[in-house]
Amino acid sequence: MKYQGNYGFLDELSKKEIRRSILKAVAIPGYQVPFASREMPIARGWGTGGLQLTLSLVGPQDCVKVIDQGSDESVNAVSIRQLIQDTTQVETTWHTREATLIQSRHRIPEVPLKEGQILVLQVPIPEPLRSVEPSEEETRKLHAYGEYSLAWLKIFEQIIKFDQGSLSADHPVLVNHRYLMAPSPIPRFDNPKMNYNEGLILLGAGREKKIYAVPPYTEVKSIDFDDYPFTFETFAGKACRLSGLTDVFLDEIIDPKTQTASYQTNDQSYLLEILDEREKEKHG
Amino acid sequence: MGYVAIKGGQAAIEEANRLVDYHRVKSGRYLDVETIKAGLKPLVDQVMSESSLYDEDLAALAIKQAEGSPEEAVFLLRAHRSTLPRMYYSETVDTRNMRVMRRISASFKDILGGQILGKSQDFRHRFLDFDLVNETDATVAKTIASFLDLAPEPEPLALTAIPKVIDYLAQQGLYHYPPLDDATPDDITKKSLSFPSSRSQRLQSLTRGQSGAVISLGYAELRGFGISNHPNIGELRVGMIPLEVQGLGREEPYYFGEIEVTEVECFVAKEVKDEQQQVTKTFDIGYGITFGHNETKTIAMSILDYSLEQNDKAHPTSNPEFVLLSIDSVESTGFISHLKLPHYVTFQSLLDGIRSIKEKKV
Repeated sequence: MKYQGNYGFLDELSKKEIRRSILKAVAIPGYQVPFASREMPIARGWGTGGLQLTLSLVGPQDCVKVIDQGSDESVNAVSIRQLIQDTTQVETTWHTREATLIQSRHRIPEVPLKEGQILVLQVPIPEPLRSVEPSEEETRKLHAYGEYSLAWLKIFEQIIKFDQGSLSADHPVLVNHRYLMAPSPIPRFDNPKMNYNEGLILLGAGREKKIYAVPPYTEVKSIDFDDYPFTFETFAGKACRLSGLTDVFLDEIIDPKTQTASYQTNDQSYLLEILDEREKEKHG
Repeated sequence: MGYVAIKGGQAAIEEANRLVDYHRVKSGRYLDVETIKAGLKPLVDQVMSESSLYDEDLAALAIKQAEGSPEEAVFLLRAHRSTLPRMYYSETVDTRNMRVMRRISASFKDILGGQILGKSQDFRHRFLDFDLVNETDATVAKTIASFLDLAPEPEPLALTAIPKVIDYLAQQGLYHYPPLDDATPDDITKKSLSFPSSRSQRLQSLTRGQSGAVISLGYAELRGFGISNHPNIGELRVGMIPLEVQGLGREEPYYFGEIEVTEVECFVAKEVKDEQQQVTKTFDIGYGITFGHNETKTIAMSILDYSLEQNDKAHPTSNPEFVLLSIDSVESTGFISHLKLPHYVTFQSLLDGIRSIKEKKV
């Protein structure tokens, strides 16, 4: 089936409307800007928020990279990249450094963002207080008052129960000393990458109809207690089985025969770049 | 290079798509759009209603492409809707001017204008009709001829000004019209649903809600998890309403056709205090309207409209966030199905957390 629609799928008025919401989000770091999220040709919950941001921003001069859980080749990354390419004919890449626009689900690339680059994160649940307050009406009030004690209380409860404050992905962050923000389900390992990063980070939640942003050089702090500081996933004593890297997020891979675990760099394009470089060095 | 991760995504997707294309037509038979429009009208109506897009041809095409799956067809149409610039809103339609094809009241036996049963399966016994297995052009022609032989002369003009049952209730002093609210309605497809929600946002969410979800929550409301016990259908109408748009470079509004809708007003008895602060009972209404002929959904919509108006947080069906954020087909099916996506990184993060708890305990 050949694509027969508008450039970037959405009609131009819709794209303009979304860009205006993006501007507002950039102006108020960490604040969730409601927007009239459009239904997309991929399912809600599969990256429609990120996709609407990407398609509203993309132009012929761009170079787009799409990753899902750290992989450019994961089926949903392939599907989203294909959709962007089919509707815009834009250039695409695997290399983080080459991309002007990176759409990602659940990871921030290991290669640090540079000025001029935009990272679009797909967000399932944009409300960092949702797990402690189900009502949107209430959480909007809590944000307005800057009343975030419930979020700390949740961490406090985890410390009481499990003797540690950080347990999983999507650990809430405080942006620019003002808004509590869900960083999207990136591992805690990626949270520090948001802090004073050089690129623009945009977060889009299609089903929940929210856009928010971390502008370049903004303070982003993972919430914690002085005596129980924020910690991220540890891979102590483990290294990537292919590259030997230890300072990256690792996938745990189980050998089906021996049932033993080995580890491999999750950021697939970064791993390939490292391996390619070594191959070149070896063969001169 | 010895690198093997989750490679082959591209090829796998292409094959999966090829399988879908093949399986839709593998028997050598296929449905054409006209056949779907002619023979699957309730499905076409359901899809138009849930898609918020009134177009029988596109709905039938979506159903064909979706192999009859309503959730998939609605998904296709909603996505298509996103590509259409929306330039105009129609003028307000007064449903009193509906060209009625069916109209019943469960509250009063004799209503002004009469009960008009119209096309309805309600009193048909649901026996499987095995004759349909061998339906032919000849048997179809016979059915058409025998219907037309006995059909009464149509009286179209008399059916456009039928009085509303609600007016009768008002005349009796049992219902008081709320003050006219002529504010421009919100449009949740242009500005997202917000809380506290407005009535127009609630009505729009309900009318484009997934039929099964709206019906189930409406049922839960009257079965025991809601505030109202048993509403009465004051009036259910199915008919055609004309649509006009103002401002196309002409003084007069531009008429661009009529659409079929189902409309329900349900009556709910309610305790109120009169002028002497004495507790008395009066009636309130719940309102439902949908594109096409969708009776159960529209009745359920009217029940939920009523219960949401009460804003009683103790009952889930009176909680606008619970109801309105749960009933959208594209949102619920999308988010449920996203669980099929890989969650390796998030799961690894959780695994790390759980393991470290266990290590501390040892």
